[in-house]
Amino acid sequence: MADVLIVGEIKEGVLKKISKELVTAGRKIADSQGGKVHALLFTDAPDQYSSELKGVGADTVIGANLGDFQPEAYASGIFGVIQEKKPNVVLMPHSSQGKEYSPRVAIKANAGIVADVVAISLDGGKVVAKKPIYSGKAYANFKVSSDIQMFTLRANSQELIAKEGAGAVEKSNVSGGEAKSKSVSKDLSGGNKVQLADASIIVSGGRGIKGPENWPMLQSLADTLGAALGASRATVDAGWIAHSHQVGQTGKTVSPNCYIACGISGAIQHLAGMGSSKYIVAINKDPDAPIFKVATYGVVADLFEVVPALNDEFKKVLG
Amino acid sequence: MKIVVLVKQVPDTETNIKVGDKAINESGVKWITSPYDEFAIEEGIRIREKSGGEVIAVSLGPDRVIEALRNAYAMGVDRAVHIKVDDYVTFDSTYTSELIANFIKSENADIVLGGRQSIDTDSSQVVLQVAERLGIAHIAMALEITIADKTVTAKREIEGGTEVIETLLPVAVTAQKGLNEPRYPSLKGIMSAKKKPIETKKAEELGATASKLEVVSLEPPPPRIAGRKLEAADAQSYASQLVKALREEAKVI
Repeated sequence: MADVLIVGEIKEGVLKKISKELVTAGRKIADSQGGKVHALLFTDAPDQYSSELKGVGADTVIGANLGDFQPEAYASGIFGVIQEKKPNVVLMPHSSQGKEYSPRVAIKANAGIVADVVAISLDGGKVVAKKPIYSGKAYANFKVSSDIQMFTLRANSQELIAKEGAGAVEKSNVSGGEAKSKSVSKDLSGGNKVQLADASIIVSGGRGIKGPENWPMLQSLADTLGAALGASRATVDAGWIAHSHQVGQTGKTVSPNCYIACGISGAIQHLAGMGSSKYIVAINKDPDAPIFKVATYGVVADLFEVVPALNDEFKKVLG
Repeated sequence: MKIVVLVKQVPDTETNIKVGDKAINESGVKWITSPYDEFAIEEGIRIREKSGGEVIAVSLGPDRVIEALRNAYAMGVDRAVHIKVDDYVTFDSTYTSELIANFIKSENADIVLGGRQSIDTDSSQVVLQVAERLGIAHIAMALEITIADKTVTAKREIEGGTEVIETLLPVAVTAQKGLNEPRYPSLKGIMSAKKKPIETKKAEELGATASKLEVVSLEPPPPRIAGRKLEAADAQSYASQLVKALREEAKVI
């Protein structure tokens, strides 16, 4: 038996895709040994999300309402569910929230943990987790030797597989306990319309866009594609855009299906943050730019002509 | 105020990585202090400059990490502690956090600082595991910290924006880019750092339990989908080729 607990994520009432990716990975592990997949969501209405999770293989969809995100409370809640369900494997998202509660959950459960995993396989009943290390210049495979094996998964790393689970809905009464910190205020005004970390398409700009007045050109293409807007470190350091848009070593690590790099030279620090993207489009006037070494499709041309043309063309075909 | 800063030594991003069976070949690797940890060192020093007290830099790893501790000395920390372990157990965040937490317990720290992630494994685990082991609050992705008496107010990055949170000391803080601009060590600082004492602690002294991770293998990155440069006469033609490639070949849009 290998029961798996996955911790999903809901944002503004919508189930994040990573939740289904976690169930898919969990299903693969559970099926190898005839176990169950339990999906935990922080909500008082788990039934709203159960069919989506059932469709990728969740046997139980557990709702626990712990209010707004507070890392210690969520960690306590997850540990409470671990004690009830006694899973052998716990899969969590490597999201900004997951990065905050997963370290605490691992310690509470006395479990080893591998974070930022991009692929899962099985060997002799144990999970083998693959993750990039050293800015993606190497990959490491780890096994966890504690009774409970814990992992956090990078968004967009798992291909969803349709598979019917039992999909039973449960409500859990786990409590978050006493929180040691409290939120005073939030400012969500400067952020991306689509979150970089979750985006399946990213349109990203570098120094080649020449100035902040040209972001609307990229944003417009991003809007057409439902993409997030990314930026290179050079543009952030120049003050052209907020740091929350930065992709790369000192920004965000992303793994979209498609990364469209406009006027980005492709310094190693930038490649470290987006090198695991599935398809990379590079639009740059400089034919020797290092970005072309990783690009699936390279366009050596003036981005100020190609980007608007691309936008028009996509508008035509996407309606 | 007693401040402990966790410092990790990592390969420079520019350095060439040669993958071995279970470890990398370290010959020719240039080692640096993980950039986010430099924000943490700087913040620790700034807090001491304002509130007084002591900043202790702690680094875990083989003897080479002493260089990272000397860098912390050169920036201005007061003490440096080397937790001496064989290198590749450092992949195990719970092993690392246990040794560090056990050390910090003996120091009664008010603030534990570290980077939001190290740039070698990008796991974002150790600092918050230490917080959990010490039973203290944390502030992740800090962009601004103010301490008044025992109350800590911080601005931090969250998904899609920023948040102001409030907690009490003791606290663990992870530094995000933007928290400060780390100072460059002065020549005098660098020279005097060479003579300062490094306290050494062995894993056995700190009572660690066994590692919970097994390195199965290391491997080079998977090959990328073969790329090609598109050939076209004008922007319009580039655009239609790209749309076709992304929709019919790659099928991603």
